[in-house]
Amino acid sequence: MLATRSAGFNPAIIAAAVALGLIILAVATPMLALVAIAPSMPSLGADYLAFVWAITKFTLLQAGLSTLLSVAAAIPLARALARQASFPGRSIILRLLALPLALPALVVVLGIIEVWGRQGWVSTLVQGIGLGGPLNIYGLTGILIAHVFFNMALSARLMIASLEQIPPENWRLAAQLSFTSRHVFRHIEWPVIRSVLPGIASLVFMLCIASFAIVLVLGGGPKATTLEVAIYQSLRFDFDPPRAVLLALLQILLCAGLFVLGGRMATDIAVMSSVGKPARRPDQSASRFTDVLTIVAGLGFIALPMLAIVVSGVTAPFAAIVSQAVFWRALATSLILALTAASLALAMAWSMLAAQRTIMRRRTPSRTASALVSGLQASGSLILVAPPIVIGAGWFVTLHTAGLAGSAAPAIVAIVNALMALPFVLRILRPAVVGQAQVHDRLCASLGISGWQRWRLIDLPVLARSLALAFAFAAALSIGDLGAAALFGSADFVTLPLLLLQKMGSYRSFEAAGIALLLAGFCLGLIWLAEQLKPGAQAQ
Amino acid sequence: MLRLFALGLAALTVLVVPASARDKLTIYTYDSFISDWGPGPKIKASFEAECNCELEWVAVADAVATLNRVRLEGSNTSADILLGIDTSLAAEASATGLFEDHGIDTQNVSLPVTWTDKTFVPYDYGHFAIIYDSEQIETPPASLQALVNGDPDQKIVIQDPRTSSPGLGLLLWMKAVYGNKAGEAWTRLSKRVLTVTPGWSEAYGMFTKGEAPMVLSYTTSPAYHMVAENTDRYRAAAFPEGHYMQIEVAGMLKSSRNKPLARQFLTFMTGPGFQNHIPTNNWMWPAGKISEPLPDAFDKLVKPAKSLLLPAEEVRANRKAWIDEWLKATTK
Repeated sequence: MLATRSAGFNPAIIAAAVALGLIILAVATPMLALVAIAPSMPSLGADYLAFVWAITKFTLLQAGLSTLLSVAAAIPLARALARQASFPGRSIILRLLALPLALPALVVVLGIIEVWGRQGWVSTLVQGIGLGGPLNIYGLTGILIAHVFFNMALSARLMIASLEQIPPENWRLAAQLSFTSRHVFRHIEWPVIRSVLPGIASLVFMLCIASFAIVLVLGGGPKATTLEVAIYQSLRFDFDPPRAVLLALLQILLCAGLFVLGGRMATDIAVMSSVGKPARRPDQSASRFTDVLTIVAGLGFIALPMLAIVVSGVTAPFAAIVSQAVFWRALATSLILALTAASLALAMAWSMLAAQRTIMRRRTPSRTASALVSGLQASGSLILVAPPIVIGAGWFVTLHTAGLAGSAAPAIVAIVNALMALPFVLRILRPAVVGQAQVHDRLCASLGISGWQRWRLIDLPVLARSLALAFAFAAALSIGDLGAAALFGSADFVTLPLLLLQKMGSYRSFEAAGIALLLAGFCLGLIWLAEQLKPGAQAQ
Repeated sequence: MLRLFALGLAALTVLVVPASARDKLTIYTYDSFISDWGPGPKIKASFEAECNCELEWVAVADAVATLNRVRLEGSNTSADILLGIDTSLAAEASATGLFEDHGIDTQNVSLPVTWTDKTFVPYDYGHFAIIYDSEQIETPPASLQALVNGDPDQKIVIQDPRTSSPGLGLLLWMKAVYGNKAGEAWTRLSKRVLTVTPGWSEAYGMFTKGEAPMVLSYTTSPAYHMVAENTDRYRAAAFPEGHYMQIEVAGMLKSSRNKPLARQFLTFMTGPGFQNHIPTNNWMWPAGKISEPLPDAFDKLVKPAKSLLLPAEEVRANRKAWIDEWLKATTK
């Protein structure tokens, strides 16, 4: 049996190879295209290299600190929310944690300024009770606040997803052994968190490395210059595509290098699956007080800027907004894009994970197969650090040369959005899928269930919750994405975030605030919808 | 899932397929120009009424991006005209060799400076200005020098000259006034700078939220608040050293297959059919003939005693060096 398997390639592996090819194609094509149109080699003097070195250091510093803080703050929040399963409004809180992803950076920046700025709520409070002058967050502090806002929510949500998969048997055992909260953390929670931590931290790190508007606006000036700013500059006023490509490669290699280093710290994914009914956690009541405090503090940090967005949004002239045809066009485009990109991301992630499962099942995986698996894991994240301005400009050149600039642009935007969502989707699905495989493979093999039947009868019901969450993240990400959509801008291809930016750019900040609120609302709606589409939810 | 994807693609494709039959003129511009509330749709209607042609607007995010799109497309661009770049980019655009001399009669053009450029035709202009919130500041800086040397606790938000046109505008303004001493002046000014944003929107959004009492924008900005929001809370500070100008221009591409029509548009652009739509849709001063009086709000705007404008070629030759000077001075 082993022989027949290694001889031919499994459909899952072929599908995964196609997905891998698509990712490499999506990132490499635009870079090559940009280099190809270059009239000359990039101009890189010694001064410029010194500048690049300085901004590289700052880029790594801000991304490293942001990651550390986000992940460290997410652990207690995730534990508290996972433990207090009956916390009032918990399901709404969980949905809110996915929301920051859907909000354009500009909207979040203004929300954060409303809370933490010189004239912000916190400043007013501090001054009101006589604790000193106005806060000044501009600098590294501001960058960190904004990055932690985005990424603590994201990290906590991903951790909760894996904590929720701890089998009830473990909790019964913990109860019998009278585990304290510390024991539970050490023996049950930490192994689970540790297995997903490298994945989460690398994701956050990439998001922070590629951060652009936040770094400039909250960084207080050119001292806070990152590689992404230099790349943007290279492709705008300087118009030096090869230099932009070189800097983009540097950014990608930097991340890749760090992942190789970080990869040594990764552990295997904890086997987590169960057939039993959910058990009450033994540590729920004892830690209720500290959990409530943690949730209130963590949630306050995330919810206040969102509240600021709501406050500036509710007074918006909604009647005027919805009476414009362009609003409905933008909404339709955004929803179709989000649904298409999310479906595509899920399909690709599934094929990649199925291939991985197939390969891992073999006792002696072939070299090609192992290479495919590691390639899949690394490249799944590539696109997040490939600067959207480079990808967009390069794809534009490619499509233009092929005479397809107008007609193929929406498809490229959908694909790029799907690829951007892929790292999120993989991180949500992988622990669940791999865990499932280890539990169910033998059962399925002995019963002769495979292919579509297995997907429908075994995988789908158990994975429904993870699939819904993955779908929600992917949809949120692409509904809020500006990078890919903005670069193909044309009068007929307007998305909601693009419309919002146009309003901001022409004094209509009230309308923009209203659109931001509607955008958040539609995103929550999509998340809710994804949660309803759980065919096997009753099985849990 | 696959079917959903296919459906999605089909729906998206429908959104971008153009319908055309008549002679077509394609103009690249920045997106706020052709938004529903911008001048684009009205100009399209009035030009089509007299040209028996179809005007197709293609919008890119901003003016710099329109030029870069043409650079990326090279000589097989589908654009006949590029509309929206400003004078600080004009020389750079000319140097690409993609543009042809306009060859039209520019007698309608009216600007505070004499216009001699053979490639580009101006269609509107504005002056950069420091806009202040009169509810936070009673006495605004009375000159650029007062702005540079003022109280560091009274903050201003500016834009980054590496990424934004107004940001580049302030860089040139400082250069025009301070010359060789611009670096020192920047070091002093940077103490008052709350933050440097990548674009105009972030800066202006922070300003209207009250985070800083001053922002770099245009002398025409208060007109929007007076006309659309009925408030004169936001005002421009007049500087006796002069205000740097931004003149927005359009040019015809060498590769255009419809040059007579392109010239017809450029001529039309300097007349009332185009110019009437500029003041209250693009919030800039018209640079040609108008047939309707300017709105009252424009009478109340600051009229700079002196218009500053560095020669386009000088800007092109020195931009990188001046940005380096700015970087050094402000990261001290």
